[in-house]
Amino acid sequence: MSSGIRFDRVSVAYGRHTVLDALDLTVEPGEVMALLGPSGSGKTTALRAVAGFVRPASGRVFIGERDVTGLPPHRRGVGMVVQQYALFPHMRVEDNVAFGMKAQKVAKAEIPGRVAEALEMTGMASYAKRFPRELSGGQQQRVAIARALAIRPGVLLLDEPLSALDAQLRSGMLAELARLHRELPDVSILYVTHDQVEALTLADQIAVMDRARLQDCGTPQELYRTPRTEFTASFVGNANLLAVTVRGTGAVSFADAELKADTGDAVSGATATLCVRPHLVGLGDGPNALTGRVAEVQWRGATHRLYVEVGGERVKADVRELRKPPALGDEITLHFAPEDAVLLAGGVTDG
Amino acid sequence: MLVHSRKGKWAVWSLFLVLFLPLFALPLLVILAASFSSHWSGAFPSGFTTGHYTAATRGESLQALTTSLVTALAASLLALAAGTWAALAAASLKKGGKRAVDALFLLPVAVPSVVVGLAVLVAFSKPPMILNGTRWIVVLAHAVLVTAFAHQSVSAAIQRLDPAYEQAAASLGARPSYVLWKVKLPLLLPSLNAAAGLCFALSMGELSATMMLYPPDWTPLPVRIYAATDRGSTFTGAALAVVLMAATLLVLLAVSRVRTRASYR
Repeated sequence: MSSGIRFDRVSVAYGRHTVLDALDLTVEPGEVMALLGPSGSGKTTALRAVAGFVRPASGRVFIGERDVTGLPPHRRGVGMVVQQYALFPHMRVEDNVAFGMKAQKVAKAEIPGRVAEALEMTGMASYAKRFPRELSGGQQQRVAIARALAIRPGVLLLDEPLSALDAQLRSGMLAELARLHRELPDVSILYVTHDQVEALTLADQIAVMDRARLQDCGTPQELYRTPRTEFTASFVGNANLLAVTVRGTGAVSFADAELKADTGDAVSGATATLCVRPHLVGLGDGPNALTGRVAEVQWRGATHRLYVEVGGERVKADVRELRKPPALGDEITLHFAPEDAVLLAGGVTDG
Repeated sequence: MLVHSRKGKWAVWSLFLVLFLPLFALPLLVILAASFSSHWSGAFPSGFTTGHYTAATRGESLQALTTSLVTALAASLLALAAGTWAALAAASLKKGGKRAVDALFLLPVAVPSVVVGLAVLVAFSKPPMILNGTRWIVVLAHAVLVTAFAHQSVSAAIQRLDPAYEQAAASLGARPSYVLWKVKLPLLLPSLNAAAGLCFALSMGELSATMMLYPPDWTPLPVRIYAATDRGSTFTGAALAVVLMAATLLVLLAVSRVRTRASYR
């Protein structure tokens, strides 16, 4: 059974505080949609509206063709995995996984087979007799995923599933989730996260949320290479946002420098934002050169991050590890290729 | 207050012993000594005998003990059921409703138990509900008196219960009643157990309301202890008191053993 999710102008408010503002979003059947945003952006609220734990003030939520807006959670048929796992501590792993099937009165003879199958899929088959307290965080999360998959949901909701794990485990689980999705191509997944790497790795589509609103939606490549808003540009990939003035076709001015960039249909004389990824900025002279003073140097192992003061703005540059990093206050020149810059119409607002 | 210096610790310990021993432990020890004695002329009772226990564990005294045990068991089960139900119901209410229910269940604690006893007596002495003169009025009064404690400890536990469990269960397709029986109550079990122990102990020792209500064929042990000391049989009263104490402690011990099995984390 494959079914997508559709938000039709869904608003959620607590008292007079709107936490989700007229969300329109469609998750196609079998697709992984990441809801990406900082905390308080409304992404978890959106997920909880699908699960049925918050009632929208207005708008409809559809799972497949079914309007589930008024349905209680237990009649929605979604699998859900949350950050803190929420495994039932008084049940063994196998009983946790069997819980949904028993609650839905699946034929008794069928349950053990499906429990084994779900545990096999998440690599937890040999832990069936353990209690949750006897498992590590990563193992508990696998059991939680097995428990959600055992009811064979058309829709899987993942609410920051990897946030409680350490960095190494997280990248391992990320690969596991990608594999699970390949093995279960019919399951639509709504994946809430504040981590852009998780979203870029896993998602077919990313919906960027901020301040209760949907800011941007597109494939990871679109959002990363050609962001449409400043928020997206800075939140996904932490881009430099330079306040520039358009100077005719293919040219903008920033501080005292003339820069080449694709200006699209921007009008000459208009203010706009030029968005450049820090890792695409190089050291030394070249096209689109910017000269300024080094304000801060951070060594990150494989790379150095330089903050360079250019015309009153800080430009970030991630360069390959330097033998001799520049000292603070040194005057250095940076450059970037014109095709690596994206011009966003309208001035820099914030972020 | 926590004290960390060595001298300070000694001082606090000795103060604790000076206050604790005479106030808490000594009276109980004296009762224990008196229950084995035949004379009491000096500061302490003397003359060893186990005769009082022979009397205290048979006949009417034994019946009083079973009366007390049955009353306490029935009252604490009733209180637990009512208190848990009310706490669960109140948890799903809005703020105002929850506060009203909490206040209602606090009433029997706020009102002196003599008043509760009198109130129950007056309320159930006229048709259509005549319980006066039956054992049920004692059980009922005890249940009313201890429900407050059951309600309070269960509602505190419900507040601590992570809503994620309930939501995870619901998302797996479990109806609210299934969630209640298979998830919420098992997770609340340690608190229910503690509440049961507390109710039982309180009911075992209840005297003031019981005095106003008990029928002649349903005399709980505290009433007998009171009667014995009232007519001057201190040693018999002491033996009965030790029996009451031991019975209560044994039940509490058994209950706490169940509790350690039921606590999962």
